[in-house]
Formats: sequence, structure tokens, C-alpha cells
Amino acid sequence: MLVRFWGTRGSIPVAMSSAEVKRKLVTALVQGAGRGLDTTGKARAFVEQELDFSVSHTFGGNSSCVQIDTGEEDYVLCDLGSGARVLGNSVLATRGPAGHRFHVFMSHLHWDHIMGFPFFMPAYLPGNHVRIYGCHDTLEEAFRRQNAAPSFPVDFSRMNARIEFIRLEPERDYDIAGFRVRAKLQHHGGDSYGYRLERHGKVVVYSTDSEHKQDDPEKMKTFVEFFRDADLVIFDAQYSLADSISVKEDWGHSSNVVGVELCQLARARRLCLYHHEPIFDDERIATLLAETRRLEEITRGDHRVEVWAAYDGLEIAL
Amino acid sequence: MELAAKRFADTVALFPAGRIDHATAEGFKAALQPHLAACAAGRDRVVLDLAGVEYISSVGLRVLILASKQAKAQGGALAVTDLQPVVREIFEISRFNLVLEVFPTLREALAKLSPPGLAAFDGA
Repeated sequence: MLVRFWGTRGSIPVAMSSAEVKRKLVTALVQGAGRGLDTTGKARAFVEQELDFSVSHTFGGNSSCVQIDTGEEDYVLCDLGSGARVLGNSVLATRGPAGHRFHVFMSHLHWDHIMGFPFFMPAYLPGNHVRIYGCHDTLEEAFRRQNAAPSFPVDFSRMNARIEFIRLEPERDYDIAGFRVRAKLQHHGGDSYGYRLERHGKVVVYSTDSEHKQDDPEKMKTFVEFFRDADLVIFDAQYSLADSISVKEDWGHSSNVVGVELCQLARARRLCLYHHEPIFDDERIATLLAETRRLEEITRGDHRVEVWAAYDGLEIAL
Repeated sequence: MELAAKRFADTVALFPAGRIDHATAEGFKAALQPHLAACAAGRDRVVLDLAGVEYISSVGLRVLILASKQAKAQGGALAVTDLQPVVREIFEISRFNLVLEVFPTLREALAKLSPPGLAAFDGA
């Protein structure tokens, strides 16, 4: 099973500025000076092996979209943020225009989680099938509304794929696309839902846009059970803990600190920081990752949690 | 949770010990409450000396920030001091060092919060 991240940024897509590109280039050129990087191979090896990740890469700017690739023909996705545009184009480029079936689990219907759908080309092409699952009773309305005037020039009715909206109930198990799937209500404006997806002994938890207020120990225990023994927990870590329980309380997001604690208590194997704060540059997210790994290390008991920071293009094999 | 206390003039220093986590945070909060009630304008200041605290989780940190908010709302002042290295790192990673008043030592906290408290500490 391969988990592939197409969009990892929280709240709104972002793009690197020219100044940031220039800063990375200057840093790389200075670090590579006098190293005899006179072939593509040498330069590539230097970039891949010696430069810091925040210099050689970017965490990226598309909003939420994650694919869980089982090797089967059907696509299994979480959320349709702007990362879905890139995914859709990749599908058409690599596997042709039609005959595809997508199963999408929607955390919620805020704009950054649905904005990729009007640009999701497979939805416009006959012969494709998109099944959109979610727990909100406004699931279909939200998608139709953004593909309508005055917000968008191409009406939803012009999408020629077969598109279905399927309401799920939280705390109930479903068998979908070869997965055992369970949704869980999370604290977020207008509600959001996490998903626990299990298949052949592997467990992925997708838990974004979820604030953990920690004022109710029993509620925290339900999240520990939801994360229990997961191979990967994709976790909203947009804010610092201090912000999430002070100036940004009730803004609906969580922190790296709570992510580590929940994964430790649940004995999850991997924690992936997700839904990055849009004002954070690559250096800041790299620092956040290093700090989170350090926190996991100094608070570790007899169970290690591997910590990742999601970036557009990241693949995690389970 | 047992919460040892020592008064220095108008300032009460509290000395929690052990781990402040999901198992103990509620007890810590309850033990703190009587001291917080008196932490108001013209009354007490509160300093939490965390030298005996080996670990604090997010739930424990939440108790601290709520306590700080309550103290401020009442016109009082609350500070923390003497963080062990692990606890200091947790404060830095969670950014609690930016939202709470943190001092290296109890004496430095008293020097900032209360001249009478400092005099009492130095005379003790």
C-alpha cells in the first residue's frame, strides 16, 4: 500500500515566491562551490544527498488531497483540495482519458477541501465514475454550488462523468473499494470527519481539520482508539500547541504536540504532519518536523513513532 | 496531586512534582484552584516552580494556560520557573515559552513580579 500526497497545505494553496526560489538557488550554489559539479549526475547527487530538504525541495502549496494506492484499478482518495487537479491530470496522462473509478472520502466541505474538483479533468470526461462519500448532509450541494455561477463558469451539469454522492454515518463500518472504512466526528467549524481505512492488516487514519480541545478526557480516549495501532496517522498540525489553546482556540486545528501524544498513546507507527500553515515557508516546516521528531524522542516510552512532514509528491509505503 | 506551597510576602510559590499528564492533570488543576482564586489585583501573585516536574503533556500545559488566563482576568500574575531540560524543550516546541512568563529561577521571577516577595525570599 502506498500513500501519496497530492496536496498538503492548509486553508489555502500557496506558491513559492521568486524571492524564495532565488534564496534556495543562492544557498545551493554557495554550498556547491568548488565541488566540481560539472555534470548533471554530480549535481543531482549533490542536491539529493547533501542539500537540506528545505533548500532542495518545497513542501508545496496545493490544498488537501491524499491518495491511498493499493495497486488496484480504483482510486481511493481523501479530500478534493487543489491537489486533486494535479492528480487528475496525472491520471489522464498516464492511464488515458476514461474508464477510471474514484472513491473520495470527504473530511468536510470547506473551500480548501473541495476547490480542486472544478479542475479535476476526469470528472468532465464520459466513461469515468466518481463516488464522493461524506457525512455532511450538504455534501452534494457544496459541490454543485461551487461549479455554478457566479463562482465558476462551467456548470456542474457539464461534468460528463458519472458522479455519485454517498452519505455515510459516523461510527459505522463500511466496506468500500476493498477497505473497511469508519468515519469519526471531529471538532471543527461546521464539523469535520476523520476516516480510519483498513485493508489487509494495514491501517491509515486521515484526520485533518480537527481541533483537540482536551477539556474532556473521555473524548480524547475515543481519538486514541480511532488511531489505535495505525500504520500511518495523517494529522492536522497547522498550529503550535500554544496558539491552538490560546489565540486560535476554536479555529478548528491541532498541533504537532497533540499529534505526537495521541500517536504515542495509540501506539501508531507513523505520524505525518499535514495541513501546513499557509504562512510557513519551507524552512519553518523543516524546523517544525525536526522539533516534532525531537519531542517524540524525549517523550518516548517503549514505543517509537516515526514522524514525517507531508509534502506534495511524498509517497509513504506501508 | 499534592502541591507544596511556600509564601514570600504577597507571592505564593507552588512546587508540583512528578508527571503532569492525562492521568494527573485534573488533580493538578484542582490543587491549583484555591491559589488561583486568590491570585488577583491587590492580592497574591503565583509562581509555579517546576523543578520537580519531569514531564508535562499538552493537557498539563492547557491547565497552565487556563490558570494564566484566569490570573490575568483577575488582575493577578502567574509565572513559571526552574524548568527541567526536558520540560524546557517541551515548552519551546509547543511555544509555551512565548505565551507564559517563564523565568530561570524562582528568585528571578520574584524580582520581576514582587519586590516584597523578593525581599522575603532573600531574607528567608
